[in-house]
Amino acid sequence: MTAVEQVDQVFVTAKRHVVDLAPLEFQPIISVLLSIIPILAVFPLLFAITTILERKGLGRIQNRLGPNRVGPYGILQPVADGLKTLFKESVQPRAAEKVIFFLAPVVLVIPALLAFSVIPYGRNMVPLEMDAALLFFFAVGAGTELAVFMAGWASRNKYSLLGAMRAIAQMLSYEIPLILSAVPVVMLSGTLSPAAIVSAQDTYTATIAHWNVFKPWGFAAFIVFLIAAAAESNRSPFDLPEGESEIIAGYYIEYSGFKFALFFLGEYLGLFAICGLGITLFLGGYTAPFSFLNWIPSWIWFFTKLLALVCFFIWVRGTMPRVRMDQLMNFAWKFMLPMALINILAAAAWRFVPILGFRWSISALIVATGYFALGEGLTQKGQYGKRTYKFAS
Amino acid sequence: MLGTGLIKGLAETAKNFIGSYSDPERLVTVQYPEERLPLKENTRNFPFLVFDGNDSTKGLRCVACKICEKECPPQCIYIVLERDEKGKPQKHPRVFDIDISVCMSCQICVEVCPFDAIKMDQVYELSRFDRFDDLLLKKKDLAKSNDYYRSIHPTEANDVDARLAEEKAKAEAAKAKAAAPAPKPVMAPAAPASPVTTVASQPAPAVASVVAQPALPTPAASVETAKPAAAPPPAESPKV
Repeated sequence: MTAVEQVDQVFVTAKRHVVDLAPLEFQPIISVLLSIIPILAVFPLLFAITTILERKGLGRIQNRLGPNRVGPYGILQPVADGLKTLFKESVQPRAAEKVIFFLAPVVLVIPALLAFSVIPYGRNMVPLEMDAALLFFFAVGAGTELAVFMAGWASRNKYSLLGAMRAIAQMLSYEIPLILSAVPVVMLSGTLSPAAIVSAQDTYTATIAHWNVFKPWGFAAFIVFLIAAAAESNRSPFDLPEGESEIIAGYYIEYSGFKFALFFLGEYLGLFAICGLGITLFLGGYTAPFSFLNWIPSWIWFFTKLLALVCFFIWVRGTMPRVRMDQLMNFAWKFMLPMALINILAAAAWRFVPILGFRWSISALIVATGYFALGEGLTQKGQYGKRTYKFAS
Repeated sequence: MLGTGLIKGLAETAKNFIGSYSDPERLVTVQYPEERLPLKENTRNFPFLVFDGNDSTKGLRCVACKICEKECPPQCIYIVLERDEKGKPQKHPRVFDIDISVCMSCQICVEVCPFDAIKMDQVYELSRFDRFDDLLLKKKDLAKSNDYYRSIHPTEANDVDARLAEEKAKAEAAKAKAAAPAPKPVMAPAAPASPVTTVASQPAPAVASVVAQPALPTPAASVETAKPAAAPPPAESPKV
């Protein structure tokens, strides 16, 4: 192995050495633990970093400084927040369903953590090698809906229930475009395994990588995926389930203290997981965008892309106002779903048109036509006339 | 076209984000404990007692007349008159407490005070760990110099100073008139302090003049009221 490869594989070799130290019958369990513990350590840490990044970034977007009291430049704010939530009293409503109320935050965090098990973090760094890992990811990701509804129902609070209902409606609607946007990738790379999808993108033409996002169908699918991912993880502008102005905090209105922190953690873990999947499917996973940057270790690439995508979501949160419920549903069913289906057509054209130039133009044409047509249909120009008032002029 | 608005919005926030690093003018928030906005001159809350000169007990303008105590709507002022060992009133307060947990900053005490002895302050960082004793301001907490008063309300303080100087000049003229037929050694120290502008630096005579002023018509009363207040000057007379 060259030095570059050694740095790239440092975690893989370290794990193998540690596992080899253990007696033979314990090796499987030690291997599993050594995969789980880094995930449990790294992603909550990333959650802490993201909260401060988010608060600082949103502040700057609004021409404020953001938190700047705890530690130099306020970088220790997550520690203060964490300690505060830990020491707060965990209040439970008297009328709540006690067991379900307690279980909901746990049920939210566990699927989010399970989803991390199939994402390739670097070359040969997949915690769980699975042939149908993509299906596993989506199946586990659907578990959050259960947790959200458990929380909303068990709180026995009308705002909780409203928030949970909104969350269910939203998550079910956006689950379909989310999965359909992944279909072209599966079609073109012919596999459901994330590691294989990444290695399919790990080739270069004139130093530029063959990431799926650089292709017309991949670009469209990536946009659809990003929007659906924001909706799936209840991020702004799709944060209706927790709309503060209408239903206070939605399904976790009755949660306080550490349970609330768990909800918060689960939400962000869900975001990281779905960002990780987006990177795997469209942004070439752990591969470098240019072949001359291949000397940078693959796991650094993965986490750089992850942070960049999370920063993009923070940027979107600082920009977009919350959509209305009817806008949300219109957008899901009148734009996202048809767009994802048209995109599958574009991917099919890409697969079966032989010559490279034709392939590009036909695929791009299908995507562009679909986008403009659906956009016109969605904006519904001229549908409403000038508003007239009965009693006022 | 669908999506152009989103791009525009994202560009706007990106401009804000980058601008907030390159252009400090954008960050308009005042970082409060480190920096604070200058207060307006007419900002006023919670009364304090004005004293002239450097001695916060002797220079106090308050004569313990208790008008403010009686007028105070929430009754947050408590005054005890100072008496000497013989039980003779001393024309200054022994106790002057204001409970600022009760005070509503109505300024009535300032308006009724005939001696310009109580004025409104500009303090606002008054949080304390004890909500009873720490918020009950004693005489020594309340006494603040005339220079401080001039620094917080310059216009108002100049008016007050001019008025006091005028009254003092008038009182001295009256005193000089009264002293001419029947010369008394007690009056001597007050005479040299004639300059109108240096009121603040001359603590005791100012008090004496103010006290003496309402009692002018009867010479006998004038002498009697002037005596206790004018008693301190002999101690300071070498300086004057």
